[in-house]
Amino acid sequence: MKHFFKSTSKFLVATTLVMGLSTSSLMAEVKNKFQVSWTIYVGWMPWDYAQQKGIVDKWAKKYDIEIDLVQVNDYIESINQYSAGKFDGCLMTNMDALTIPAAGGIDSTAVIMGDFSNGNDGLILKDKKSLADIKGQKVNLVELSVSHYFLARALESVNLSEKDITVVNTSDADMVSAYSSDEVTAMATWNPQLSEIMTNNKSANLVYDSSKIPGEIIDMLVINTETLKDNPKLAKALTGAWFEVMALMKKGDEKALTFMAEASGTDLAGYKSQLDSTMMFYDASDAVTFAVSPDLPETMKKVSEFSFDHGILGEGAPNAEFIGMEFPGGKTFGDTNNIKLRFTETYVKMAAEGKL
Amino acid sequence: MKRFMNLRPSRGATLFLGLLPFIIVAVFYLVASDMRLSENPNDKLLPSMASFSEAIDRMAFTPSKRTGEILFIGDTVSSLERLGLGVLISAVLAMLIGIPLGFIPFLRAGLSPFVAAFSMVPPMAILPILFIVFGMGELAKVALIVIGVTPLLVRDMQQRVSEIPVEQLIKAQTLGGSSWTIVMRVVLPQVFPRLLDAVRITLGTAWIFLISAEAIAATEGLGYRIFLVRRYMSMDVILPYVAWITFLAFLFDFALKKLTYKLFPWYTAGKEGA
Repeated sequence: MKHFFKSTSKFLVATTLVMGLSTSSLMAEVKNKFQVSWTIYVGWMPWDYAQQKGIVDKWAKKYDIEIDLVQVNDYIESINQYSAGKFDGCLMTNMDALTIPAAGGIDSTAVIMGDFSNGNDGLILKDKKSLADIKGQKVNLVELSVSHYFLARALESVNLSEKDITVVNTSDADMVSAYSSDEVTAMATWNPQLSEIMTNNKSANLVYDSSKIPGEIIDMLVINTETLKDNPKLAKALTGAWFEVMALMKKGDEKALTFMAEASGTDLAGYKSQLDSTMMFYDASDAVTFAVSPDLPETMKKVSEFSFDHGILGEGAPNAEFIGMEFPGGKTFGDTNNIKLRFTETYVKMAAEGKL
Repeated sequence: MKRFMNLRPSRGATLFLGLLPFIIVAVFYLVASDMRLSENPNDKLLPSMASFSEAIDRMAFTPSKRTGEILFIGDTVSSLERLGLGVLISAVLAMLIGIPLGFIPFLRAGLSPFVAAFSMVPPMAILPILFIVFGMGELAKVALIVIGVTPLLVRDMQQRVSEIPVEQLIKAQTLGGSSWTIVMRVVLPQVFPRLLDAVRITLGTAWIFLISAEAIAATEGLGYRIFLVRRYMSMDVILPYVAWITFLAFLFDFALKKLTYKLFPWYTAGKEGA
């Protein structure tokens, strides 16, 4: 019996230690090994190219650190792992950055806003041609995602509200097969599923797409603010690698583009057509302009209000200003005592000035 | 010297030993949760007891901001409807298919290999086909449960029927019973409690298919809610929902067991008590 208690208490201590370790990665410290998680999406394929072709390593070496980009299959899982402290950085959209890590109390900084969706998100009606026909229909989409936000913006444009439709939560992986079902009459989704459905179904009509709300769905590289504070080298190295690939893409380097196309499961033509509906910031100076523009705080205000209305700003959020955000130039939105999401132009500016 | 295997715990000790694993898990949870929360008070992975009670209050006692309904009740009702209907249809099909398969050699020869092979098809792998055949509405969710559970029940029924001692069947024939009367008077009463047993065992599988179906496309339900808030790592909602599902599953199992004991006292005679 004595032995039993002894071994039990050992087990207890060991488990507590393990759990302690897993939480300690949340604590900031100067370190030289970093992990960033990413998922397949048209605007993020350059990261894969940079990693596979040694561009990330080259820049990491310059700053005397190691960076590992880890591909995660499920987009949300990637963000959740980042929020739980397993990754130092992660690729995500502006809305998810607000509602997942920031709402979970993880102070995050958007270091590179690489592109915004300019048609990559679309609303499809089966057999109907006008957006107003959506009234009374069931709409299949990934609930509480950017698609949901996008749908709300679409409805606004024809003076409808969410009460006029029914939202059916559908996994993004099932969208293509779901479209063939008779019961599905309306759907909001993003590329590559969107183009897959549009090209294979005559009944599909694209009645609204994200090019009508440019700059509102932003794809960005997010780094834990504490980690960033102690290790600005990480952001410098990543930004340097990113714009090296951007330069290749701007030149239209077929080899690089084909690599990205194949890695995302399409061909060069397919990837190029997805790029057409993505506003990529190939030049660092354009990224700076976008980051410092007054539109960004406006967009984030809308996103924050939408998120609050849908109850995804986190436990105990009394209003849409509950989570504070900080923008370049010292501008803020919401509670300045609870700033959890920061947008910075520091590193893209360095890239634009050639100081990396 | 007394052997360890012969030592029996007292009633009090049994109760304590039964509770001990629960207490240990709870303590582990509280310690780990406290550690994470002391670093980041907004951490969502292992919420505190207070945030559980807030979440439960919000889900189960406060009308939703958007629809004005109590989400928890709506979720439970629609999940139980789907599960109940799915399991009921599966059980009826199991009787209609399983008994003839076990009882009539010609049918068995023709269909048994097919049923065995069909039961091996993982329904989740052929989802796109199921979408097109059954659509994406309520029917599809019930159908997924039926497709997942029925083959297991049918095979069990067939097995139980073929286990009936051949002497009984011969005796019934010498008494002048036709195939039909033998099914109704000899086979059915014997296999019915076994069907209830089989249903009890497959309930776990039925829950898996229910949750999976609700993860694919739904507007409400217990599984739907879990997959929805998973996006926001709202473990404060997910963990109480998991506890509730576990409790419901336990309740069904218990109710079916009691029902079997009540309806078929002969079947349970000599088995371990309730």
